[in-house]
Amino acid sequence: VNPVGVIEHAIKGPVFDCRMCGQCVLHDTGMTCPMTCPKTLRNGPCGGVRDDGTCEVDASMKCVWVKAERRSRTLPLLPSWREHFHALRPPLDNRLQGESSWINAVTGRDRITPDGWRLREEG
Amino acid sequence: MSFRDLCESRERPIITGEAPAFDAGGLDAFAERVAEMHGVVDAINATDGPAAHAHASNVAIAIALRQLGFEPILQVVCRDKNRIALQSDIVGAALHGIDAVCCLTGDDVTAGDEPEARRVFDLDGPQLVAVASGLAQGRYLSGRVLEPAPPLFVGAVENPAAPPHGHRAERAAKKWGAGARFLQLQICFHADRLASFMNEVEQLGLTREVAVLPTIVLVRSAGALRFMDRQVPGISVPPAIVDAVERAADSPEAAYQLALEQARHALALPGVAGVHLTDFRHDGSVARLAADLGHPIDKESMQHAHRATLAV
Repeated sequence: VNPVGVIEHAIKGPVFDCRMCGQCVLHDTGMTCPMTCPKTLRNGPCGGVRDDGTCEVDASMKCVWVKAERRSRTLPLLPSWREHFHALRPPLDNRLQGESSWINAVTGRDRITPDGWRLREEG
Repeated sequence: MSFRDLCESRERPIITGEAPAFDAGGLDAFAERVAEMHGVVDAINATDGPAAHAHASNVAIAIALRQLGFEPILQVVCRDKNRIALQSDIVGAALHGIDAVCCLTGDDVTAGDEPEARRVFDLDGPQLVAVASGLAQGRYLSGRVLEPAPPLFVGAVENPAAPPHGHRAERAAKKWGAGARFLQLQICFHADRLASFMNEVEQLGLTREVAVLPTIVLVRSAGALRFMDRQVPGISVPPAIVDAVERAADSPEAAYQLALEQARHALALPGVAGVHLTDFRHDGSVARLAADLGHPIDKESMQHAHRATLAV
């Protein structure tokens, strides 16, 4: 286990309930971890949110994406982070599960998407 | 005229229907279940494990619809299959001439009768829209080439009634950006929420490119409305609406009139291209509603369908 990953999890686990997806997007989602959504959506909220803003799957919890949307507007975030909330986030790379997203951010590994995704974005 | 042509030309309001969940009895039994939509609707959705229940698959139903002379819209949800299987389904359906694809995130497994199942959600709804659009451009997600590119017409769903209310139009716009060119909205019993959603997507410019079809649901009783309110994720039915249907002397008729009123309200909103009908009555109400809305009915096709049904 990479020591950086251990430190990352020790900090982000208690604060954000981090699931170590290895491709962190907290800054784009109002500092709310999308992997805590029971459907692990990267582009929520889904259509199942209950009228009181609770989760379709677990009515005892507030919808993760309802929180993310509100926080992306209300938290003192960098303006670009605020705008990034509306961006289309790519599918997860499941190979990165358990890795340190800090290292993957530094190396750029977390920004590598499948060729079909990249080519579509480039038009 | 094809569903795509209608969405692009907006020549007249569009009506899409939905194939009832089907399990067994063969093609003849299925033909009978959908016969009342012949000559009435412009296209029919082939659902994908509706309400997280196993039924005859979306692709099989779409092929059957096409054989019966309907234009199918292939619904694809992210709950049960990973990205490889989802792409295979879309490309496989295209092989049979099924071009219209409606991409959804999908209800959770806990909404169905097998809540112990593994949920997949390898992709989410907006990502699936982008992947389907990529297929239409001749590439799998991996980048591998499909030659020739299948002529897919990609759409999605959005829920104008669910929180966060100020954000639903933005989320629809995300799907537009990913390549969605039609949106079948989830059932919305809040006229004010539907109106503000349409107003917002109009302002974003979405409706210039995207045909928006709010869903109207046809039921027979207040109990059905109450069931949707309590059991169907993302749908809330105001108590006043349930009460009005319950107190009516003729509840089934009141429920029909409610749907008609909702359809008229939806079609009068700016940017609305048509309506999607979900029918739980199965008593000819789809044809009645289409006629009441002034939708062109193809009588010959209706009679032909009737004869075909009798013949089987």
